[in-house]
Amino acid sequence: MEYAVRFLIGGLAVSAFALLGDILRPKSFAGLFGAAPSVALATLGISLIQHGSSYAATQGRAMVWGAIALFIYSILVCQLLTRRHWNALPATIAALAAWLFVALGLHLLAGAGT
Amino acid sequence: MIVKVSSSPLKDGRWYEYLIRFVLGGMATVATGVISSRFGASIGGLFLALPAIFCASATLIEKHEQRRKRDAGVNGQRRGQQAAALDAAGASLGSIGMLGFALIFSLLVERYALAAFTAAAAGWCVISVAAWWSRRHVRLSARSGPNRPHFR
Repeated sequence: MEYAVRFLIGGLAVSAFALLGDILRPKSFAGLFGAAPSVALATLGISLIQHGSSYAATQGRAMVWGAIALFIYSILVCQLLTRRHWNALPATIAALAAWLFVALGLHLLAGAGT
Repeated sequence: MIVKVSSSPLKDGRWYEYLIRFVLGGMATVATGVISSRFGASIGGLFLALPAIFCASATLIEKHEQRRKRDAGVNGQRRGQQAAALDAAGASLGSIGMLGFALIFSLLVERYALAAFTAAAAGWCVISVAAWWSRRHVRLSARSGPNRPHFR
């Protein structure tokens, strides 16, 4: 039941932000919504109710490293598309490895204390 | 006005494209919950910034642009890639806002739980738009700057 609620809330939050990104122009502005905290809003809300504020704060602190990794991921995808002429699907999937590497790397460097 | 609202992109969309994004968003949220309960809140928190939905969004933007160009009798592969790249450039600015979201939320949530959500979401919005506006301003200034004399 918990996962069904998570799925529904997450799906709705992501769809709402994605829809905003669809209707706004110029495209670079609409792109901001590609990094909207939709999954974060849904997950942190559930975490706060289920586990309390300390647990949600820990997730929020770790999210900092994920956001830095997302910045590098987005730049990398942009470069793969413009300079290497990759198509969007292979570029966005291949760059996920870089996101994972940077996010986990920063987390380890920070001493996993966040 | 710099930013405009246009409903025409919604006409390009197919119902299954919206369904894919809904399912991916739901799956990303479930996956973050599973990772948090299995590996701890700290590792799970990293995945709050996972660009899971970005793969689908960028691919859809590329497809829509290609379809539009194909309908006009032009091979739109390059334009499709450029449209997706613009989206990625925007996402890089949005990720600065997401960094702000994470910092504001983690600083406030233990004292003011509900206010933390509002402040963090507002922070994301303000920081992202400010980053986008600054980048745009810099690019426009660079383009419209005075012509420098050529010294031989």
